[in-house]
Amino acid sequence: MTQDAKYDDRMASATTRKSYDGVVACLPVTIPYRRYSTNSAHWWLGRALRELVTRAGLRPADLDGFAVSSFTVGPDTAVGLTQHFGLSPRWLDHIPFGGASGIVALRRAARAVQAGDAEIVACVAADTNHVDSFRKTLSTFSRFAQDAVYPYGSGGANASFALITKNYMNGCGARREDFAKLCIAQRDNALSIPHALMKKKLTLDEYMSARPIADPIHLFDCVMPCAGAEALLVCREDTAKSLNLPFVRILSTVERHNAFPADPIQVRGGWALDVDELWSMAGLKPADVDFVETYDDYPVIVMMQLEDLGFCKKGEGPDFVRSHSFTNNGTFPHNTSGGQLSVGQAGAAGGSLGLVEAMRQLTAQPLGTPVPDAKTCLVSGFGMINYDRGLSSCAAILARAA
Amino acid sequence: MTEPLVRPKRKNPLRRTQQPLSPQGVRSRTAHGLTAAAAEGRFALQVCLDCNAVIYPPRDACPSCLSPRLPFRDVDRGGTLLAETTVQTSTDPYFRERTPWRVGTVKLDAGPVVVAHLHGDTIEGGRVRLEFKLDKSGSAVAIALPAKDTENMADDPHLREMTCDPKFRRVLITDGRNAVGQAMAKAFSDAGASIVFVGLADAWKPFPGLDALCKIERVEIVPLDVTDTESVTEQAEQNGARVDIIVNTAEHVRSGGVVDRHGLTVAREEMDIRYLGLLRLAQAFGPVLRSRGADGVNSAAAFVNLISVHALMNWPAYGSHSATEAACLSAAQCMRAELRPGGIKVLNVFFGPLETEWFQAVPPPKVAPAALASAVVRALKQGVEDAFVGDVAEDVRQRLAVNPKALEREMTG
Repeated sequence: MTQDAKYDDRMASATTRKSYDGVVACLPVTIPYRRYSTNSAHWWLGRALRELVTRAGLRPADLDGFAVSSFTVGPDTAVGLTQHFGLSPRWLDHIPFGGASGIVALRRAARAVQAGDAEIVACVAADTNHVDSFRKTLSTFSRFAQDAVYPYGSGGANASFALITKNYMNGCGARREDFAKLCIAQRDNALSIPHALMKKKLTLDEYMSARPIADPIHLFDCVMPCAGAEALLVCREDTAKSLNLPFVRILSTVERHNAFPADPIQVRGGWALDVDELWSMAGLKPADVDFVETYDDYPVIVMMQLEDLGFCKKGEGPDFVRSHSFTNNGTFPHNTSGGQLSVGQAGAAGGSLGLVEAMRQLTAQPLGTPVPDAKTCLVSGFGMINYDRGLSSCAAILARAA
Repeated sequence: MTEPLVRPKRKNPLRRTQQPLSPQGVRSRTAHGLTAAAAEGRFALQVCLDCNAVIYPPRDACPSCLSPRLPFRDVDRGGTLLAETTVQTSTDPYFRERTPWRVGTVKLDAGPVVVAHLHGDTIEGGRVRLEFKLDKSGSAVAIALPAKDTENMADDPHLREMTCDPKFRRVLITDGRNAVGQAMAKAFSDAGASIVFVGLADAWKPFPGLDALCKIERVEIVPLDVTDTESVTEQAEQNGARVDIIVNTAEHVRSGGVVDRHGLTVAREEMDIRYLGLLRLAQAFGPVLRSRGADGVNSAAAFVNLISVHALMNWPAYGSHSATEAACLSAAQCMRAELRPGGIKVLNVFFGPLETEWFQAVPPPKVAPAALASAVVRALKQGVEDAFVGDVAEDVRQRLAVNPKALEREMTG
C-alpha cells in the first residue's frame, strides 16, 4: 500500500468528531508591529496579555489557561513565563508551530474549555526582531535546516520557497503576474490598516521589476520579519456574554503535520487530506464562506491553499486567481487586513494574524475596510519549513455569533 | 558550458586581501557521517538495516520503520534535478560575497530528496550525479554535477570552492632530492600549476634526477632544508605569500624496530626530518596560508602530508619509522583544526611501501613514486581530506575498520 493510500484509508475510518458548541473565541488583540524592536519577546507577550485582561475587565489570576507561541522567548518555556507574568494557570501549552500555531492553539484551548479543564484561556503569540535575530533563527531553526539547508547558500525560507514556487510554476503554468494579483490586492487591503508596515500602494510594474531574492521569488513575494503580538481569549459562550465581549463561533477545525511525505517536492499541504472533514464538520461548502484568511508567507502557498481547501481543483489555482478579485469588496475577499505580506511577519504571531483579523471582521469591529455582511470565514495556517517543505497545516471555519 | 578559468594576473599589492569566511559548518553528530564519506570522496547515505530505506537528511530513527540501525553505506548517486533557484540575497556573510549562488532540489534514484549546490552545467529537469564535498567550513555538502563530464567542469566556481585543484595555483614541493619529490614536481606541472617551487637542501650536492627535475616546465628550485628552522623561515618570508599548496615530500625511511634497534641516533633523525620538519613548515607557512584562503582564483588551498599507512598501525619491521609517522598524523589533525578558519584543507595521503631503495627488501605490492604523485593531484582535484594509495594502504584501512586487534597481531607477519 502506498503512503497516500494508507492515509486515505485512515481518513475513511475516522470517527465523527464532537462539535465546539458552547465554546467561543473573543477579544482579538494586536500589538502594533515594529520592523525592529530592542524589547524582548517577553515584553511583547506581556503587552498582549495586559491588553487582554484590561479589555476583558479581568485580573491576571482569572486567566486559568495560557497557550503561548514564540520562537524568540528562549531559554524560557511556557512554564517559566507563568512566573514571569504572575499567572497561575491550571492549563498551559507551548505551541512553537510558527504559522500553524494560532489555529492549533485555538482548537486545543477550545477542547480544554469544553472539557472543563480551563475556563478562560489566553492564546498569545509574539516574537521580537532584533537586528541580527532573524539570521540566528534561520541557522538554528531545526536540525535538518542546520544539517541540510542552511549551508546551501543560506537563503533561508526564501530559497526553500523559491524551489517550491519554481516547481509549481513549471507544473501548472502559474505566472508571476498571477502571484502579483494576490500581492497587490493584499496591499490594497492593508492601506486602511494603521499598523501595517507596508502601506504604499503596490503596482504591477513595481511587483514585476522588484529585485530578485531567489528566482522566481522577488522582493514583494517575501514577508518582512518584524516584532509584534497577536492574542485572543477562548472561553464558554456564557462567560463571554457575562464579560460583555462580542464573540465568534468555531464551526470546525483541522490540523495535520508532515502530510504526503512521498511527494518529492511540495505541491500540496495537509489540507488536501483533511478538507472534506473541515467542510462537513462545519456543514458548509467552500462557496458559502464570505471571506478567507490564508497563510501568506509566499503567494505560492496561498494558491496551494485555494486548491487544497476546495475553492478550486488542484492545478487550477492560477485560473481561479485570474477569475476573481481579492480586495475586501471583491468577489473573493482575501487576507482582509493585508496579510503578512503587507502587515509584516512577527514570527510566530504571523500564525494568528489571519485568525485575529477574521474575529474582528465577524464581530463587526474591523480595523480597516469591512467585508460586507461578513457571517462566515475560513482561516488557515501553515508553517515550519523543517527541511524542504512546510510541515504543518491547519484550518478553521468561524461564524458570526448571531 | 563552464567558462575556462583565466590565468590570474599578478596581484595588485595595494588591494586588500579578501578575508576568508566559512559557510556554517555546524552539524549534528549523525550528519558527520556525511563528512566522513566526503573526506574520502565516497557518496554514502544512511541505509536502514531493517527495511532498506535510504535516508536523507541524516536521522536517528528510520522514518519508514523507526529502526535505530542506520549505518552510512555507499549508494547510487544518480538523480534528477526537479527545481532550481538562484539565491541572490543571503543572510550569511560567506554566501553574501559569492551570490548569485545556485541551489536545487534533486530527487535521487535511491529515494531521498536532497537540496544541493548546483554545478553550472546542470539543467533543471535533467539528470545529475550527486557528490559530497567538504566545503570551506570542513563539513560535508552535496553538489549536483552534470550526469556526464563536461568541458572545463573543474573550473566551475561553485565546485572550485570545494576542491583544491592545482590549476593556476602555485605549489611548494619541500624536498626535490628524492624520487617522490621529483615525481610530485612533474605531476603538478602537468596539472597546470603556475609555479612549482621545489625545495633543495645543500643544492651543491649532486643527486640523481637533478637534470630531469630542472627540465620540468615551470619548476623553480628554491633553497629549503626542513631540518633547519632558519632555512624554512627564510623560504616562507621569500615565497610564503606566493604558495597556495604545500606538499611535504621530506622523508627518512629506515628499517628497524623499537627494541631491536640500538641507540637513538636514527630515531632522532627520523623525528627531526619528519615530525619537527612538519612543525617548522606549519609554523612558518601555516599563518600565511590561512590568511590567503579566499585570495581569488589562486587562493591558498591545501597542505599535503604524505604519511605511511603504518601511522595507523605500527609495522614492527619499520617500527620506529611507523611511530614517527604516527606523530606526523597527530600533528596533521591539529593542523586541520588550526587551518580550518582559512578554509585550507590538510590532505593526508596514506601509502604503503614505496618502490624506492629504502624498501628494497620488501616484497611487492609497492607504490611507484609517480603513482603516489598522481594520486595526490587527483585527491586535490577531488577535494578529499584522506586518500589511501596502493594495495597495502587499502588493505590496512579495511582491516583496521573491521578488527584493529587482529591487524595489530598480524602485523608481525
